[in-house]
Amino acid sequence: MPFTSADLAAIGLTLRLAATTMALLLVLGTPLAWWLAHTASRWRGVVSAIVALPLVLPPTVIGFYLLVAMGPNGTLGQFTQWLGLGTLPFTFWGLVVGSLVYSLPFAVQPLQHAFESVGRKPLEAAATLGAGPVDRFFTVALPLARPGFITAAILSFAHTVGEFGVVLMLGGNIPGVTRVVSVQIYDHVEALEYTQAHWLAGVMVLFSFVVLLGLNLTRRKGSMVS
Amino acid sequence: MDFSLLRSSRFHRITLRTLCAACVALLACTAAQAEQVSVAVAANFTAPMQKIAAAFEADTGHKAELSFGATGKFYAQITHGAPFQILLAADDTTPARLDTEGKAVAGTRFTYAVGTLVLWSAQPGYVDAQGKVIQTGDFKHLAIANPKLAPYGLAASQVLEKLGATASVQPRLVQGENIAQTFQFVASGNAQLGFVALSQVMVDGKIPKGSSWQVPAALHDPIRQDAVLLNPGKDSAAAKALLQYLRSDKARSIIQAYGYSF
Repeated sequence: MPFTSADLAAIGLTLRLAATTMALLLVLGTPLAWWLAHTASRWRGVVSAIVALPLVLPPTVIGFYLLVAMGPNGTLGQFTQWLGLGTLPFTFWGLVVGSLVYSLPFAVQPLQHAFESVGRKPLEAAATLGAGPVDRFFTVALPLARPGFITAAILSFAHTVGEFGVVLMLGGNIPGVTRVVSVQIYDHVEALEYTQAHWLAGVMVLFSFVVLLGLNLTRRKGSMVS
Repeated sequence: MDFSLLRSSRFHRITLRTLCAACVALLACTAAQAEQVSVAVAANFTAPMQKIAAAFEADTGHKAELSFGATGKFYAQITHGAPFQILLAADDTTPARLDTEGKAVAGTRFTYAVGTLVLWSAQPGYVDAQGKVIQTGDFKHLAIANPKLAPYGLAASQVLEKLGATASVQPRLVQGENIAQTFQFVASGNAQLGFVALSQVMVDGKIPKGSSWQVPAALHDPIRQDAVLLNPGKDSAAAKALLQYLRSDKARSIIQAYGYSF
């Protein structure tokens, strides 16, 4: 058995974190992407830039600011304490918040592009046939934007799996709670346990390759349909 | 006066050639005197080393190029051909290992600093002078550096063991991957207290912020930080000069001012 129980716990935790982040990003990212795709507001550029910020910021910067902001003296930390939740660093949900920020553009941008490529025409046609706004969204826009949702889901999941700097800053390396695969690999390398590091890192490489291959296939299928 | 000579291309060629020769001569000259030495420095030694390097440059004319990071990472990089000439490790096992593996110059190892562990809280009045807070405090998180990776973390876990507090604090432990990150956890208030390096909280011989307990050295193995000359620095005068400089009174007083002993 190449994996220790600590390795398996890290893998399990990583998958749980990525799945939670992906689900929340699809729910929160959809209205945001919809707004970005359709608004004529002058704030569009600003919001777009904020959404894209995690693409260029080092994850350690995001992690550090979140550590400070979610701490007992930070704005977010005071808010969560007021809610009775305590502070979020060193908890699973702290990592979820970090991952939401970190993976935000990977969910919002594909969704936005999908909504933009659907365009207004199908929606207007549906409107003339008497469909209400909610109906139009769920029966027309959503199915047409399906490839965008698949891309957003896969990318935000995979990107969260690969997260390192944010978790390092916020996590506190607690087994089963915040010690994800990337941190476990780092620990192995630092402790000169190269065999263990190779096994886990190899799995990550394989996983990433399969994800990208799958993405490629769904994209090709999507473009054939449209 | 005839200025046509200035405009002639032959004149330009000559002056250019002279200038180039002069430049090369100048460069060769400074290279002979002042060399560059690349040093891998353990993260906990960042602040004192910056001061020492500045003094070293002023005194010798050599330039020290410093890289800061985790000792384990440096080990991986050095064994894979990183061109560091000196390693200032956070422990004594890594330089010893590099020595036996033939990646370092034999007989050049020495302890440049002995670290001091301190239990520290950003809150004034929180940590008492005997460190009893570990047993009595209702803290939510106690931060230590990862004992598997960081010497300060190992020392901290030995202290907890000696105090018989390992079991009681276990569920409340958070680990930084190194001592710098551990400090961040405590400084940001996310962990109420933690074991950090004295050098991180000491300014001019005092601890100006929060509250602390300087852990008696008897409670853990000494945190010996060793330096070693690596193979790429074998023939470098600057590298040898820096190693010697680390043992000078000037460097030692800087090291001591940051809370290290010898």
